Amino acid sequence: MSRQRTLRVWRGDGSSGQFEEYTCDVDEGMVVLDLIHQVQKHHAPDLACRWNCKAGKCGSCSMEINGKPKLSCMTRLSDYEEGAVIQVQPLKTFPIIKDLATDVSWNFRQNERITPFTPPQLPEDGDYRMQQVDVDRVQEFRKCIECFLCQDTCHILRDHEKKEGFVGPRFMIRVAQLEMHPLDTVDRIPATRDEYGSGMCNITRCCTEVCPEHINITDNGIIPMKERVVDRFYDPVTIVLRRVFGWGKRA
Amino acid sequence: MPTDISEIDTITHDVIVLGAGGAGLRAAIECSRQGLDCGVVCKSLLGKAHTVMAEGGAAAALGNADKRDNWKFHFRDTMRGAKFLNQWRMAELHAKEAPDRIRELEAWGAVFDRTKEGLINQRNFGGHRYPRLAHVGDRTGLELIRTLQDKGVHSGLSVHMECTALGLLTDGGRVSGLVCYWRETGRFVIFRAKAIIFATGGFGKAWRITSNSWEYTGDGQRMAYDVGAELMDMEFTQFHPTGMVWPPSVAGILVTEGVRGEGGVLRNSEGKRFMFEYIPERFAPETADSEEEAQRWLDGDDSSRRPPELLTRDVVARAIYNEVKEGRGSKHGGAYLNISHRGEAYIKKKLPSMYHQFKELAEVDITKEPMEVGPTFHYAMGGIRVDHDSQMTNVPGLFACGECAAGLHGANRLGGNSLSDLLVFGRRAGLGAKEFIDANPDLPALDEAQANKILDWAKAPLMRESGENPYVLHDELRDAMTAHVGIWRDEEGLAAGIEVIEQMRARVANVKAHGSSQYNPSWSEALDLDSLLLCAEAVARGAKMRQESRGAHSRVDFQGEREEWGKYNIVIKKGDDGQMSIERVDRGEDPPHLAKIARATLEQLEAGDV
Repeated sequence: MSRQRTLRVWRGDGSSGQFEEYTCDVDEGMVVLDLIHQVQKHHAPDLACRWNCKAGKCGSCSMEINGKPKLSCMTRLSDYEEGAVIQVQPLKTFPIIKDLATDVSWNFRQNERITPFTPPQLPEDGDYRMQQVDVDRVQEFRKCIECFLCQDTCHILRDHEKKEGFVGPRFMIRVAQLEMHPLDTVDRIPATRDEYGSGMCNITRCCTEVCPEHINITDNGIIPMKERVVDRFYDPVTIVLRRVFGWGKRA
Repeated sequence: MPTDISEIDTITHDVIVLGAGGAGLRAAIECSRQGLDCGVVCKSLLGKAHTVMAEGGAAAALGNADKRDNWKFHFRDTMRGAKFLNQWRMAELHAKEAPDRIRELEAWGAVFDRTKEGLINQRNFGGHRYPRLAHVGDRTGLELIRTLQDKGVHSGLSVHMECTALGLLTDGGRVSGLVCYWRETGRFVIFRAKAIIFATGGFGKAWRITSNSWEYTGDGQRMAYDVGAELMDMEFTQFHPTGMVWPPSVAGILVTEGVRGEGGVLRNSEGKRFMFEYIPERFAPETADSEEEAQRWLDGDDSSRRPPELLTRDVVARAIYNEVKEGRGSKHGGAYLNISHRGEAYIKKKLPSMYHQFKELAEVDITKEPMEVGPTFHYAMGGIRVDHDSQMTNVPGLFACGECAAGLHGANRLGGNSLSDLLVFGRRAGLGAKEFIDANPDLPALDEAQANKILDWAKAPLMRESGENPYVLHDELRDAMTAHVGIWRDEEGLAAGIEVIEQMRARVANVKAHGSSQYNPSWSEALDLDSLLLCAEAVARGAKMRQESRGAHSRVDFQGEREEWGKYNIVIKKGDDGQMSIERVDRGEDPPHLAKIARATLEQLEAGDV
């Protein structure tokens, strides 16, 4: 690796801005976030950038690196050609606060719309029981670190700006995780169609591709939720049974 | 020129919780359950706090994985791990209440790994007699924080995100408010409340090699100290034995103790399993003395004793340090930790984030080759001194819980006890605040002069024409602390460390933050320095006073525990002259009903004789 690297960083706020280039010394094994810290220390002390753990666990340092949504703390400089300039810019889907920091508060509001986990009465001996095989899928979704890279790349939110109609992949798997939880007693299928906008997703799998936790968002989360909606509202057999017997509220 | 306080936004709640990690969220949820209007102030986004980095699990004597376990064993393990310097009552409450707090999390949506019977599974960890840590692979902290976050969102909390606290206000000695600024705009805001709960975490960012995140700058300790709160046990700083050592940019990142809990083995450059050489007398009767016995234990033989890799963190960290010092270190100056014998599928299931961490950051495949690990600053056992039951400090209306509080962990914390600490004492702080507010229902007055003093201090780095670079100063402090107040300490080094801190204090008074107040990391870096220096000084002075080696505090010049020192905790506060005052506080007599449990043999406890 060369001993220096040039970083091209987007500087500005919500109204205007431009890319600026900074060249810094680098050390073996460095990640993009290290380079940003070098820039702050030596060139641009007020360069705004969110980060916390620098270990891929908190999901704070999300940005677009050479056009790809990534965690800057888990992206090694050696992934890029020696001597090539690395370009970083803020997540496009959310309003810019300053430099690399964006206003992601919309995401927190989506979580508030989702009916929380509601277990049944605790058994008399005081312990709920669930088998590992029944919670494996739920645990996969709970690996989510809320980096919002999937939200950033989702073209419904990114290009079509349909934030009013679709909660985005992160919250689709939040709903899926609740719906697939063996103990949960709430029915969120109508809301999944009507409020969370499951029909908006047309399965391009971009969200799955960018997930740093390797969660199979599309195949394991969104598609099964879409199927549940279809079974409930569009399956002729279910519709007839429900009309006749009032059956099938919960598929 | 004084600021016109009436021009600053004021937000009033019954209670303010500062910090949104596990302790803060659990405290806030409890306040809300008690009918209080609760505001949570946190300096990052919700769900990003340090708790998210906890990996191995939460210790609670549920008795699911081994039916013999109960609160008495957990209590005994905690006291012994802490080298009997923790607070008896807190260790008792913690051991008794942790199981209910874990079950409660499950009712709020947490999904722990399961036993064959479908119960919450528990794993082995250093210093715990039985498998006791409720866990989710190696991302238990994420599970905790997300569960509390989702519960909190629907508990009527007002969450004020990316809001940094600057200083506490008091009214006649009682805490009355908190001066903060919004990171996004740089505008100041004053929170007024009848009670304030600190859940602000630790201060590892004063050291070079640390597993701690950006947030761990000791803000809570500094703000509490400034209004007269006492700090205790500050000399006890835990160096986790296994941090990454290579490449340099990731040095210090945590490698969970779960690796050893799942059967990981430590070897030196000669291939020797060196931990057998470092078994302390106190733990010898309970630790395997051969590789064969350790293997039988791993295979599930109840009659075999635990492998020495599962000794407490202080012991393992010193052993690795010593192996490196004596020239038997790994290629990059650590020890080799190998888990590959457990097989690829098992490792990916039980330690998935360790697998990815090494694969992506160090290009090491832990299913095939050993990791290189070495000690990293991980946890502050010391912190703000609190009442054992209510978590209130000596400043009326100010509470502290979680890592920023002292008392539960004494000289050394057992792995897994911090997550249960957050839950048990987070809840208790909420209850304590409720009780205090019931007795003191009036909103205390806002002292504008006090607020102005804090604002002037905060604005100074921005207003100055020129001055020192805060990033460079922070770097220098980290190097000095790692060099002088590290895993092994001595009189000379500590004195040198204190001198560096004193010199640095003058330079920090002249620090310059370039740019405007809006989302300016150099401004927050500049303001953090005072907190870091306060904590650094308290650790160094405490360490210099304690002339013995106990738990995480190791003195080259005073090796071994001294009976005399077992009678005291060191308490630090701001003296009347504004200087740091430090004194030994007598622990008093051991409570007999608890001492007989803590000092019982395992055989006596297992036979139910105690």
